[in-house]
Amino acid sequence: MSYINKPKVAHPSLPTNSLGLTRRQYEGSMSTLCAGCGHDSVTAAMVEACWGLSMQPEQLVKLSGIGCSSKTTAYFVSGSHGFNSVHGRMPSIASGANAANRSLTYVGISGDGDSLSIGMGQLVHVIRRNVNMLYLIENNGVYGLTKGQFSASADIGTKAKRGETNSSPPIDPVLLALTLGATFVARSFSGDKAQLVPLIQAGMRHNGFALIDVLSPCVTFNDHEGSTKSYGFTREHYHPAVEADFVPRAQEIAVDYPAGEAIPVSLHDGSRVILRKLDPLYDPTDRGAAYNYIENKLKQNEYVTGLIHIDEADNTEFHTLNRTAAMPLNSIPFERLSPGSVALDKLMARYR
Amino acid sequence: MEPTDTSRPDYFHRVVDCQWACPAHTDVPEYIRLIAQGEFTQAYMVNRDSNVFPGILGRVCDRPCEPACRRGRIEEKPVAICRLKRVASDNRDDIAALLPKVPREKNGKRIACIGAGPASLTVANDLLPLGYEVTIFEQYAVPGGLMRTNIPAFRLPAKVLDEEIGYIVDMGAELRLNSPIKSMKQLLDSEEFDAVFVGSGAPKGKELELPGRHDTDRIHIGISWLESIAFGHIDKVGQRVLIIGVGNTAMDCCRSSLRLGATDVKVMARKPRQFFKASEWELEDAEAEKVQIVINHAPKSFVVEGGKLTGMLFEKLEYDIENGDITATRSLGDVFFPCDDVILAIGQENAFPWIEKGIGIELDKWHVPKVNGVTFQSTRQEVFFGGDAAFGPKNIIWSVEHGHQAAISIHKFCQEEAIEQRLPRGVTLSSRKMGMHEWAYKNEYNGAERRLVPHVGLVERFKKINIEVELGFTAEEAALEVQRCLNCDVQTVFTAKLCIECDACIDICPVDCLTITQNGAEGDLRMRLTAPATNPSQALYVSAALPQTARVMVKDEDVCVHCGLCAERCPTAAWDMQKSSIRIPHALDEEVRACPA
Repeated sequence: MSYINKPKVAHPSLPTNSLGLTRRQYEGSMSTLCAGCGHDSVTAAMVEACWGLSMQPEQLVKLSGIGCSSKTTAYFVSGSHGFNSVHGRMPSIASGANAANRSLTYVGISGDGDSLSIGMGQLVHVIRRNVNMLYLIENNGVYGLTKGQFSASADIGTKAKRGETNSSPPIDPVLLALTLGATFVARSFSGDKAQLVPLIQAGMRHNGFALIDVLSPCVTFNDHEGSTKSYGFTREHYHPAVEADFVPRAQEIAVDYPAGEAIPVSLHDGSRVILRKLDPLYDPTDRGAAYNYIENKLKQNEYVTGLIHIDEADNTEFHTLNRTAAMPLNSIPFERLSPGSVALDKLMARYR
Repeated sequence: MEPTDTSRPDYFHRVVDCQWACPAHTDVPEYIRLIAQGEFTQAYMVNRDSNVFPGILGRVCDRPCEPACRRGRIEEKPVAICRLKRVASDNRDDIAALLPKVPREKNGKRIACIGAGPASLTVANDLLPLGYEVTIFEQYAVPGGLMRTNIPAFRLPAKVLDEEIGYIVDMGAELRLNSPIKSMKQLLDSEEFDAVFVGSGAPKGKELELPGRHDTDRIHIGISWLESIAFGHIDKVGQRVLIIGVGNTAMDCCRSSLRLGATDVKVMARKPRQFFKASEWELEDAEAEKVQIVINHAPKSFVVEGGKLTGMLFEKLEYDIENGDITATRSLGDVFFPCDDVILAIGQENAFPWIEKGIGIELDKWHVPKVNGVTFQSTRQEVFFGGDAAFGPKNIIWSVEHGHQAAISIHKFCQEEAIEQRLPRGVTLSSRKMGMHEWAYKNEYNGAERRLVPHVGLVERFKKINIEVELGFTAEEAALEVQRCLNCDVQTVFTAKLCIECDACIDICPVDCLTITQNGAEGDLRMRLTAPATNPSQALYVSAALPQTARVMVKDEDVCVHCGLCAERCPTAAWDMQKSSIRIPHALDEEVRACPA
């Protein structure tokens, strides 16, 4: 934890976005996480992504549970809405908020403990319901706040700081999300903002549930020799299979990619994602193939990163599925929200 | 790019912009911190080590440090470095005991200094503690040179001059007043001295030979006119005064005119403001006193009717300016300006009518002595030049630095050592780390704006010629102004092999100085940084290849605020905040001292 705040002074030639805001204006309060924590880089990527999207701060909702990861939401876009929920219960809050007001952009930030242990039952349902939100897991394989016990994502054979070796199999949130039919699944690394920022932007603009599993090393309890989630190990074993460039709406694609090399995917709001396959054998639009590819690579001790699966044609988004009102509840006139006792009696009569 | 070699003293020296820009390399951040701690006497002595005259320079220095100040690149205004120097001077205790000790037993070498200005006084200051006997020859009845005769007392009070010159004279210099040197040959032939230092300044004001110049006695040469005011020979001037020229001397002339009774003072400039030679702050002070500055008027003739000066004729000009250069000039006809007096302030030159030909001191075609730019030695080996006498008019702080360098040369010459072999500059670094996130300096950025120095009111100040206009900072203002200093001498020092490339420093840096990227050529690298490094005068600090990815850490020094957050957020202490002390050798350092038995 630092004793001084990040000063407000900024680089004199800092660029502004279409709202006239600089990147610095998308920051939050000063991080109290350990110096060198991967989560702080995720924070910086969130700031960059929101600035790049020219996001109106009051259009953003940040949600989190409990844990080191869940503190992240305090550190970016201080002018937005936020909810810090009970441990592992962020998906319920997100679902409720989204049901009530579909016009906002929802970002949930969670960790491997909050999502894959205590909150596992919640996570699977928010995926299944296809709630329109970005769900970002800061995955470091340990419980940092309780001093470094293995979490549910710890790999077999990884060593704890105090020496013991893990023998339980890990839960891989990417495979889990693919199994449950998620329509936007990505994996990235906190130390690779060039990859992470466009993934966050695409995930926020995707119509439906978007999961990004971000390997975010715990510099205090899981950055030693023998750990499979250290900065060093990650740099050696994490390989992008597909690069994703995010192209905002109303911006023409500057370069024409040769056919077959780049796959443009149009998002719901008119922006686009340009996928560039680094492995020609890989097809990110085929869920089954993606699952097999990831699993095979894992057997070779290789962790695939990038936009692993995207299905923009899918029409199972929460509101579509439930045929909810197009307007947020707070802008529907009171008379329609509460039609009165006559209407209630009429409704009740149908069940008599 | 090759990894930056930070063991070169110049690398970290350049980062301390103010110290790098100062001709005498005054350790500015160090004395500002001492002022912040209330250690005014120490702050004064840090100044005196390098610039010898903190009280004088705290008022009238040309302050090359301020335009260089990093704060000026982050917000508009630099730290008021010069005015803080005065704070140290105004609030110091008696420093007599802290002055260099002069040995009772002399070394038998005698040095003559010609002119009792800043250059000669610095030579005396540096050589007396080494046991030299120094004699200073001064043509007037008081020492100080142009500091006394050309800078009006309302900017630099006599008391301040007397005090700081007194420190040096009291060290044992022999000051011979009213003793102009009329013949260099005679001085050298007397063999009274082992070496001679010429610090006689540039005392000749430039002429403006136009029709009518010699038909009246109401046209004055600026520096001579100021000198006459300083010595009380002139105490009035006409109502309407035209000043020709727009340098700092012109500013002193126009403000002096106002104090001698003039009510309508115009400074006539040939070109637009961007070409003015005067410092911005001197222009501001003059304009605050309602002096009118008239641009684009070239003097054509003096109008004298019946032996009486009635005014001046000017040619009004119009310019085409492209990228700061004049590309075309057009005349818009003649304009007449009535006046009672004209003061010419268009420059000054060296003049050595007293240096004879054929005595081994070569002058070039402009009658300027040939002087070595490092050693300040002339073509006659025992004669040295410094200050304005060496390379033409500069300013006090340059004269002081010339004096320091000449003193080293004179010492080496008298000790029969090679004068070119001088001690190199050095740098020492020491960590400011005290705890996990605690530093032995105040690293928090203070967003305060530059404080304004209070001035005497516009009526009060004209009552007497020697009322000092600037009052100096109050304690409260000084306390805030010192916090604006960014502590650029507390350096960000990087150890590549410790870095785990977690990006923490890059994410926290408030001014986007840092980048981890593939190495490349400088031009390419500058454009690939988090914020493009577009100021080529500021260095890139490039690390060795990083252990995990072989990329490099690059820091653009340009707008770093030295807040230390990179080091604070670094989990491996790859970044550290270390104070750099630049060692600038003076004559005393050249002295090889035997260990006491």
